[in-house]
Amino acid sequence: MKEQRFIRENMESKHRILLLSFVVGALFFVLVLRLWHLQILNVDDYRSMSENNRLRFVPEAASRGAIMDRSGTVLVSNRPSFSLAVVPQEVKDRDALLDQLVSLLGLDRAELAERWEKGKGRARYYPVVLASNITRDQVEIVEENRLHLPGIEIEMKPVREYAGGKLAAHLLGYIGEVSEDELDHKGYEEYNPGDYIGKNGIERSWEKDLHGSDGGRQLEVDARGRVLRTISEAYPTVGNSVVLTIDANLQKQAEQAFGDQAGAAVAMDVNTGEVLAFVSNPGFDPALFSGKLPADIWKEYLEDKRHPLENKALTGQYPPGSTFKIITALAGLENGKIDENTTVTCNGSYDLGSSTFNCWNRRGHGVTNLKKSLRESCDVYYYQLGEHLGVDAIAATAKKFLLGAPLGIGLLHEKGGLIPTADWKQKRFGKRWYHGETLPVAIGQGYVLMTPIQMASMIATVANEGNVFRPHLVKRIVDSDGKTLKEFQPELLGTTGISADKFKLVKQGLFAVVNEPGGTGGMARLHDVRVAGKTGSSQVVKLRNSKMATPWQFRDHALFVAFAPYEKPEIAIAVVVEHGEHGGSAAAPIVGRMLRAWFDGKKPKREAVRTKTGGDKEDNGDAAPADKEPAVKGDAQDD
Amino acid sequence: MIDRRLLTNIDWMLVGLVLSVSILGILNIYSATTPYRVIGAPYYIKQFNWMLCGMFIALVVCSVDYHILEDLSYWLYGLLFLLLLAVLIIGRRSMGATRWLHLGFFTVQPSELMKIVIIVTFARYFTNFQVVGGLSVKDVLFPLGILAVPVLLIMKQPDQGTAILVILIAVSMAAYVGLRWSTVATFALVTIPVAWLGWTELLRPYQKNRILDFLDPERSRLGSGYHIIQSKIAVGSGGIFGKGYVKGTQSQLRFLPEQHTDFAFSVFAEEWGFIGCLVLIVIYLSLVLWGLNIARRCNDRFGGLLAMGVTAMLFWHIIINMGMVLGIFPVVGVPLPFFSYGGTSMITSMVGIGILQNISMRRFMF
Repeated sequence: MKEQRFIRENMESKHRILLLSFVVGALFFVLVLRLWHLQILNVDDYRSMSENNRLRFVPEAASRGAIMDRSGTVLVSNRPSFSLAVVPQEVKDRDALLDQLVSLLGLDRAELAERWEKGKGRARYYPVVLASNITRDQVEIVEENRLHLPGIEIEMKPVREYAGGKLAAHLLGYIGEVSEDELDHKGYEEYNPGDYIGKNGIERSWEKDLHGSDGGRQLEVDARGRVLRTISEAYPTVGNSVVLTIDANLQKQAEQAFGDQAGAAVAMDVNTGEVLAFVSNPGFDPALFSGKLPADIWKEYLEDKRHPLENKALTGQYPPGSTFKIITALAGLENGKIDENTTVTCNGSYDLGSSTFNCWNRRGHGVTNLKKSLRESCDVYYYQLGEHLGVDAIAATAKKFLLGAPLGIGLLHEKGGLIPTADWKQKRFGKRWYHGETLPVAIGQGYVLMTPIQMASMIATVANEGNVFRPHLVKRIVDSDGKTLKEFQPELLGTTGISADKFKLVKQGLFAVVNEPGGTGGMARLHDVRVAGKTGSSQVVKLRNSKMATPWQFRDHALFVAFAPYEKPEIAIAVVVEHGEHGGSAAAPIVGRMLRAWFDGKKPKREAVRTKTGGDKEDNGDAAPADKEPAVKGDAQDD
Repeated sequence: MIDRRLLTNIDWMLVGLVLSVSILGILNIYSATTPYRVIGAPYYIKQFNWMLCGMFIALVVCSVDYHILEDLSYWLYGLLFLLLLAVLIIGRRSMGATRWLHLGFFTVQPSELMKIVIIVTFARYFTNFQVVGGLSVKDVLFPLGILAVPVLLIMKQPDQGTAILVILIAVSMAAYVGLRWSTVATFALVTIPVAWLGWTELLRPYQKNRILDFLDPERSRLGSGYHIIQSKIAVGSGGIFGKGYVKGTQSQLRFLPEQHTDFAFSVFAEEWGFIGCLVLIVIYLSLVLWGLNIARRCNDRFGGLLAMGVTAMLFWHIIINMGMVLGIFPVVGVPLPFFSYGGTSMITSMVGIGILQNISMRRFMF
């Protein structure tokens, strides 16, 4: 019975296979019919489409989004720029055409030929850019001689215009032609040679948003390049604009305050992590980079000892010097090694084993408590505290501030600094940690390294008493109609878990630094806003007891970290002046001027103008000695 | 491992057909990729390696009696279900479409393996499910469930090309078992509203664009309709005899998108013309008919169903890919078996061939 059923079933299947074979054959026959239709009946049409007529793609670059400051002031926008392009497949005599171009436009022949060859492989009737940024006169010459220049066309591309010149150059970054490496890289499939792409800074990090999508027209053209018809057209979509958290005025004031000095400054909103100023000095002109950078300027940039191309705020790693005493002091309070009344007697130096560790004030600070230790930046106090704590306890507190790793500001190549521990040394050098090494760490020397971003974040965390916010540079992304697409909220990376009363003790000391007699940071004082801060200077090389003028590149870095207003902190600032020697004289005035600019900017317009002129004068008076030989230092000195 | 007697029964017809398509494919990839700048090994060398690799896998597959698949089928199905789920979860995390699963030293694309596994599972199910007079609506509900789970997971990836193929394979196998007219009618009635819903709710904009572009290439914005126009120009301009090997202007000037993978056939058509295409189509037709023949000759129901499923898989790949290149179907990412560049497609197809060989070789053993 079952057998019979199987056989019947089997017969049915076999019958069906025959049927299926016919279906298969029929469908294959449809393919053959279609081939017949395309290749035999319409071969002439398609032949001519592929041979005589050409489909050509005329790209139309999207207008790149703008970059604005927090109040909407445009920092980077576009202006039109023209480039010369060729469709290689349409040119019969390349050399003749090149000769013509050279004689008409005075362009460099070798370079034209090189670009021609490079661009060839990619094309499907895709124009190859031969020269970017040609002048309007050159455009006119090409238009006039159009008939003699088959295959040549002019492309209009928007180029970047930097409203503030060098303002925030490192932060904004620049754009440039996409490189061959990038083209071969994944994620860049949509780019073609000659396209512009963000190379650095915000331009690079937000490339996807800023770029927009390029459009173009698919044209059918005849052998002479005359357009027969438009097959399809896509309008380019304007890129989105990036609204930064930066305050353009504060940024400008900060950059001016640096003058010729090399260094970095980062200002942050202490309650959100919004970066209000992001300075690396000296700057460069980003507009130069989108064209062909003249060799002499390039050389000048490279040879400048102050490294103008380096983004010091992002990649500079400096020993934090005495600003790190904030961390050591908090570690001491956390571990119960000190309270506000604990005193140490400073005689100007401290002996450990056979070594002597000097205080910057060789005469000594006498009996010193926590507040005085901060105010006058007594090293001996922290040597002793560091010795009691050990390096790992200091590191533990530093880690609560998330130091020692990049904070993720959103730019490429952010550095992480270094917070040493005994373990770290064992792994790195294979040697155990010596007790004596903890002492320099306690005053922010030795192995300790921090970026200006981290310094600003640290002082902001002190100001808000324990919250570590992610420093961020972008407030929102808006489309070309001004509609907000993305809004970035403050991101709390962590809290220190240190109690508010301990922060209060340290803050009292920081207030004294700026506002009390004997404080090292008097030059950051404002008449109307209460400022608190900490000076620092970090050793570049060991050159003790040298009273001779030290060569510039061996002088100490000057640092100052501050926040204000003292009662209800809004803004935190960290300033590093490379080889500025003393935080109190070189860095504090810059902080003072930045704070002045910030608080003036918040006042109603009319009043602000008045006080600003006054403030400027005052600040210049303060900043002046910093530029000169540090002769008038007095109690501003700090080691 | 392999019985001596089996070696004498090797299906040389099958081997010959597959080898000839593969070699034509490699020659064609050589031509299609000459305009490319390539880092590392050239594509045709890589494809050659994939072919060897695939043949080795096919050898492994046919060395073990295919009846073992009957026992393993539901386990395989379960495993694939988990893999598809894993892809989805991992894909979630990497934002956007992920089809690959990295298993330490090698990566798999579970949706691709699902094509084989659905064949095995359906074969197993219908082996023990005998009907006379065709499957009724009630009969297909359970297989429909078996099909729907992986298909939905694959669509979610999203990999609609593969999802459609899995469905077509399953439907072909059900048709082979036999469907009542009432079943066909019911499904037609259900599918139309579902398709409408899918169009409005499920399909992503780019997928809709592809379908609309296909219906009217002129409507498209830049890019999407371009494929179809350029492919038609390439094929049509080939004429009767073609433009000659490595002489196709469309392909050598890189008009064609993905000309070594999904559009490999249009390069071939341009360079070898109608005559060349006819040869290739005849080889493919022979392969499919030979597959059906293997199914017919097989003496057990499981083997027959298995052979039928594998043949359906190859068939639909061929028809959809060629149809797409010739502008009959919309652009879906379906490769031409043994001909398009790509390791995944080569391996899956070779596994299928291994199964066919396995069945063909053992036809006298039962």
